[in-house]
Amino acid sequence: MADAVHIPDEAETRARWGNFAWTADNAEQARKVIARYPAGRQQSAVMPLLDLAQRQVGEETQTQGWLPVPVMEYIADQLEMPYMRVYEVATFYTMYNLAPVGRYHVQVCGTTPCMLRGSDDVFSACKNKGLVKGGTTPDGLFTLTEVECLGACANAPMVQINDDNYEDLTYDSMSAILDDLAAGKQPRIGPQIDRQTSCPEGGPTTLREMVSENHDYRGEW
Amino acid sequence: MSDVIAPLADKDRIFTNVYGFQDWGIDAAMKRGDWDNTKALLDIGQDEIIERMKASGLRGRGGAGFPTGMKWSFMPKESKDGRPSFLVINADESEPGSCKDREIIRHDPHKLIEGALVAGFAMRARAAYIYIRGEFIYEAKVLFAAVEQAYEKGFLGKNACGSGYDFDVFVHRGAGAYICGEETAQIESLEGKKGQPRLKPPFPAGAGLYGCPTTVNNVESIAVSPTILRRGPEWFSSFGRENNKGTKLFQISGHVNKPCVVEESMGISFKELIDRHCGGIRGGWDNLLAVIPGGSSVPLVPAAQIMDAPMDFDGLKALGSGLGTAAVIVMDKSTDIVRAISRLSYFYKHESCGQCTPCREGTGWMWRVMERLRTGEADIGEIDMLHEVTKQVEGHTICALGDAAAWPIQGLIRHFRPEIERRINENKGSAPVMEAAE
Repeated sequence: MADAVHIPDEAETRARWGNFAWTADNAEQARKVIARYPAGRQQSAVMPLLDLAQRQVGEETQTQGWLPVPVMEYIADQLEMPYMRVYEVATFYTMYNLAPVGRYHVQVCGTTPCMLRGSDDVFSACKNKGLVKGGTTPDGLFTLTEVECLGACANAPMVQINDDNYEDLTYDSMSAILDDLAAGKQPRIGPQIDRQTSCPEGGPTTLREMVSENHDYRGEW
Repeated sequence: MSDVIAPLADKDRIFTNVYGFQDWGIDAAMKRGDWDNTKALLDIGQDEIIERMKASGLRGRGGAGFPTGMKWSFMPKESKDGRPSFLVINADESEPGSCKDREIIRHDPHKLIEGALVAGFAMRARAAYIYIRGEFIYEAKVLFAAVEQAYEKGFLGKNACGSGYDFDVFVHRGAGAYICGEETAQIESLEGKKGQPRLKPPFPAGAGLYGCPTTVNNVESIAVSPTILRRGPEWFSSFGRENNKGTKLFQISGHVNKPCVVEESMGISFKELIDRHCGGIRGGWDNLLAVIPGGSSVPLVPAAQIMDAPMDFDGLKALGSGLGTAAVIVMDKSTDIVRAISRLSYFYKHESCGQCTPCREGTGWMWRVMERLRTGEADIGEIDMLHEVTKQVEGHTICALGDAAAWPIQGLIRHFRPEIERRINENKGSAPVMEAAE
């Protein structure tokens, strides 16, 4: 557990988050989520509700958000399940933050397909901007995490920062993205080279008609 | 070695908007042919749909390659005790190298949703849950919106597509756990629990989600089914080799000049796939070292063997590897091959759910030994010891994650033992000679 994150003191957490409740919008959203599952199976909603709560905490703290214990208890109450069952879920899945993170959660993929395409350079770029794996910068802006495959391997190497993917990175483009975010600017999302999503660089080798028009191939069947 | 496979024509590609040059929305999708008189597909009849899917030769696109039509036929034809049936669509795409479901969901989501209705109807399911991995945040937004569009058009819900059949589609987001791609772990996760695989039997078709009959299918398997029914099973089975029919989304990553996702005929040779779509190997074909042809779980294949190999289930099985999800990870001669595999070992250590001891302890143990082999700080005998441990993990766990962690290491030792030995010997040679204590 050497890499266990620091969870704030319980008394402090209770004082800050003991009165957590959904905002009006999120209360409505929570109701919709629970309705997706059969009656009596509301436990199925625990994952979406934890995500929703983390986002609400994030908005209140101007970060990506995290899950303080009182917030998990609030969800346990709403879903009529034991707190421990909620805690089990929150600790099992990596996307739930159990400790506060920065404004931007920089999640660099380090798994083999990204490693082959240069994720080491992406980590170097982060390091040179003062980001440390598993830590948050002193200004509270960036938290750096090495994550496992994020499923964008044809656009490797890549990073997910909060909700956005930045793909086909180099040392320079990663540095530029971090600079932009630090300056309050929104970098271009998606591939950082001249390329349409996962299409081969330089243009498609197939389905060329689709580039310029919504082509219907059925006439050629 | 392989039969000659003709290039796939654009008119025979199923995912025409795979790169998202055009809108994913329902109106644009309908112009491309989705939701075109879906009622007529349902009118084929439940049993006949399954028969046609069997005849098409479609094998599951999630990695295991189980015949899709046969899987559907395991579902009960009538509910004797009132339990409903469910279809669960596995969009928890997390296998390193795989990035095809992402393209389907963000650019052609209506193929998936229409497929959900057709498949769900054929297996007499009450509803489909699409389990999408949590990190696909943008993709999930598209999927939620696309499902909503289908409801608005009356294609889903009560009397779906005017067929008289009631069918719902729900989207469920994961939250970052590779193991939830395993079907029973996915069901556990859908029920709001930790994603730890269940013992089988009972199989999901008997007792799955909420204890009800359930079939779990991969996104690609479901998304191709409406087109197969529209064009006929013999159209689909006209591509590829015997027992390995159809078209397939290949995802090429690593050391090629132009990594990409592309739909091709099953059985296309590796060399042709790379030359035709990826601009060749970085540094030329002489620079190719090895290929992981089906996602991180399958053993690597050295350059000489893969070059002319047909990219399909049986062709790669014959090389001691597998097609998996057709996630082709290419490595050139600049690759630190031991590090590349060691990084996969770290991945499996990270993703082990912790339920079975051989996997929980073994994945960490294997990774630590792999790291020492990488630096050469090991003993020659440890190579065999590591191989022995992989054999102890393989086949001794509830799910296949233990196997998946063992196979890449076995592949490395099988094909690159001299390289591992070289590192150990070099490290021994360069180690400072300790002075004898006086």
